[in-house]
Amino acid sequence: MDSFRVLVVDDEEDFLETLVNRLKKRNLDAVGVKSGEEAVEEIREKRYDVVILDIKMPGGMDGIETLREIKRIQPLVEVLLLTGHASVETSIEGMKLGAFDYLMKPIKLEELLVKLGQAFEKKDTHDQKIRGAKIKELMRFPGRVFKQIKEEDKE
Amino acid sequence: MKGAMYRSLQRRIILVTLLVSYAPLFILGFSIYYQFYNTCRDLTEQQLRYRAQAQAAVVDLFLKEHSAILSAMADTNRFDFMVEDRNLSRILEVMNNRAGGFVDLGVINSDGLQRTYIGPYELEGLNYYDEPWFAETMARGLHVSDVFLGFRRSPHFIIAVRRQEGNRTWILRSTVDSEVFGSLVRAAQVGRTGDAYIVNRDGTFQTSPRFGGKILDPFFLPTNLFGGSTTVLERKTDGHTRLYAGTWLKNNKWLLVVNQGTEEEMSRLFATRDLEIIIICGGMLVILLATVFITRALVGRLQQNDQKVSELNAQLIQSDKLAALGKMAAGVAHEINNPLAVIQQKTGWMEDLLEEEELKQSENIEEFKNSLQKIEEHVDRARKVVHGMLGYARKMEPHLEDVDVNGTLKQTTELLANYARINNIDIQTDFGADLPIIAADQAQLQQVFFNLITNAIDAIGQNGEIRIISEKVQDQIRVHVQDNGPGMTEEQQRRVFDPFYTTKTTGKGTGLGLWISYSIIEKMGGTIAVHSRQGEGARFTVQMPIVIPEKK
Ligand SMILES: Nc1ncnc2c1ncn2[C@@H]1O[C@H](COP(=O)(O)OP(=O)(O)O)[C@@H](O)[C@H]1O
Ligand SMILES: [Mg+2]
Repeated sequence: MDSFRVLVVDDEEDFLETLVNRLKKRNLDAVGVKSGEEAVEEIREKRYDVVILDIKMPGGMDGIETLREIKRIQPLVEVLLLTGHASVETSIEGMKLGAFDYLMKPIKLEELLVKLGQAFEKKDTHDQKIRGAKIKELMRFPGRVFKQIKEEDKE
Repeated sequence: MKGAMYRSLQRRIILVTLLVSYAPLFILGFSIYYQFYNTCRDLTEQQLRYRAQAQAAVVDLFLKEHSAILSAMADTNRFDFMVEDRNLSRILEVMNNRAGGFVDLGVINSDGLQRTYIGPYELEGLNYYDEPWFAETMARGLHVSDVFLGFRRSPHFIIAVRRQEGNRTWILRSTVDSEVFGSLVRAAQVGRTGDAYIVNRDGTFQTSPRFGGKILDPFFLPTNLFGGSTTVLERKTDGHTRLYAGTWLKNNKWLLVVNQGTEEEMSRLFATRDLEIIIICGGMLVILLATVFITRALVGRLQQNDQKVSELNAQLIQSDKLAALGKMAAGVAHEINNPLAVIQQKTGWMEDLLEEEELKQSENIEEFKNSLQKIEEHVDRARKVVHGMLGYARKMEPHLEDVDVNGTLKQTTELLANYARINNIDIQTDFGADLPIIAADQAQLQQVFFNLITNAIDAIGQNGEIRIISEKVQDQIRVHVQDNGPGMTEEQQRRVFDPFYTTKTTGKGTGLGLWISYSIIEKMGGTIAVHSRQGEGARFTVQMPIVIPEKK
């Protein structure tokens, strides 16, 4: 597996651009998009480990809807909610929908990196479990094993 | 101002109650007195009337008897016999034996000449022809005169009868003893003020009254006021009321008057009246005391309730205001947090870039780094304000655990002991020993105490004392934080719980401490109140319900 892939979703362009640059500078494979729709598109097409998602975005899909859609497409991706205002209700809803945690803006990059690390770790253990399970399953049908593993490695 | 309102209310209630309860009392008292007075007066009047009638009968009988005796003597003896001194004297003796009171006896011929006279005066040989009684007797046969002075110049009255003896007409005449007659009339007198006398039609006393005049003086009441049967009149003379009962005698000339001061007869009534007045006054006093007492208690209770209601209202207004501000703050926070986040990221990015080799060579690199550091610090300060405003109490639901309030207070005090010591502030604690363990969020509670104690230290500045008291009052725990700092004006007290209200210099105070504390305690179902007077320090009182932790 190569470097971790992060998708940052925020309507505030200045914030988005800078955060993506800083993440990239720390050797993370980060991509930024400005709306929920674009994020869903991205998730549909590529594999991501973690999504950093702004809850409150004016116009179009808001954070919660986007989160629901993302989880539907890639259930295993970890989502960190980011918000400018703490509303207990939205946060609880987000957690119910399977978000990993939620953070309040402005957040120091160091803190964000700590959370990101935790999220990657969780994603990684998940992935390994699934990979293990898949290998076990494929062992029972030896003919297909190599082909499958080859395919997964490509992604 | 409020006190005056309650006092006037109290006065009005007392007034109305007294009016309503005194009026029937007065009416009852007065009507009882009036009834009693009437009964009493009727009784007195009745008695007086009976006495007058009875006495009149006695006097009538006296006159009739004396006239009858005189007539009998005249009828049974001839003129010739009568003119003998010896015989006439004997007859006077017989008459007085039959009925006393005859003073003298005289025989008068038809020419008015007194032929013979037996008695204490020298009246023999006098001629009565011109006297009014002579003509009267000659005309009617029997005559009882009014009282007059006559030849003897002393008041008396006479009874005379005419006798027809063949051709001769003569008169037998006798004087009745004024004393005997007077004492007979006076027998009707009763008591200290009673009086009885006879008055003739012209209003002249025929017997001596006990008071107000003597025989032959004029009577002050016109006799025509007295009617046919017995009449009772009431007259007031020099402040005393008297009842006069008058009965005309059978001869229709004389009026027997019996009178009496009402005071004497009515004295029983007055005794009763005095007793009644005392009882009514006593009742009034009792009513007055009861009314004042009850009204006082009532108005006091009312005042207390009103105060409670207005305190409650103040709290409601306070929490409404804070809730509205909270909502607004949440909106504002979002608008501020986003730009802050951008600034923070941009600064971070610049720092990242400064790490690159070519920039590291720049001579101003340290200045740059310093400036960026400062920007970050201030962004962080702004972030703290905004996060504080939202209250990290709000971010998470309170996390309930078993909390020992005294323990929490002790920890907080220890935390601040050093800060206090530097400023020469003495912290005294007095923790109630009977506080139960409650279910609460310890971190939040600690935050509240921390705020209150730092505020007290900040308020005092240097040299002073803080007292921290905890106590259990019924089903609540109260914590007082009291300082001897400068205190607050009423205006300040109203605003201390408002967000961003601070009197401290920028950077030192955010004005959020009390606001957050208020929300935390409110969420627990308690209250924070401030009591202060300018120049006399301040006391913050936290009141929390005792929530017993569930057993695990
Ligand atoms: N014990 C006290 N004595 C006098 N004033 C006080 C006291 N506690 C609070 N205050 C006043 O209330 C204001 C608000 O307090 P607080 O909400 O804690 O904010 P801050 O401490 O940041 O100013 C303070 O600035 C001060 O003027
Ligand atoms: Mg404070």
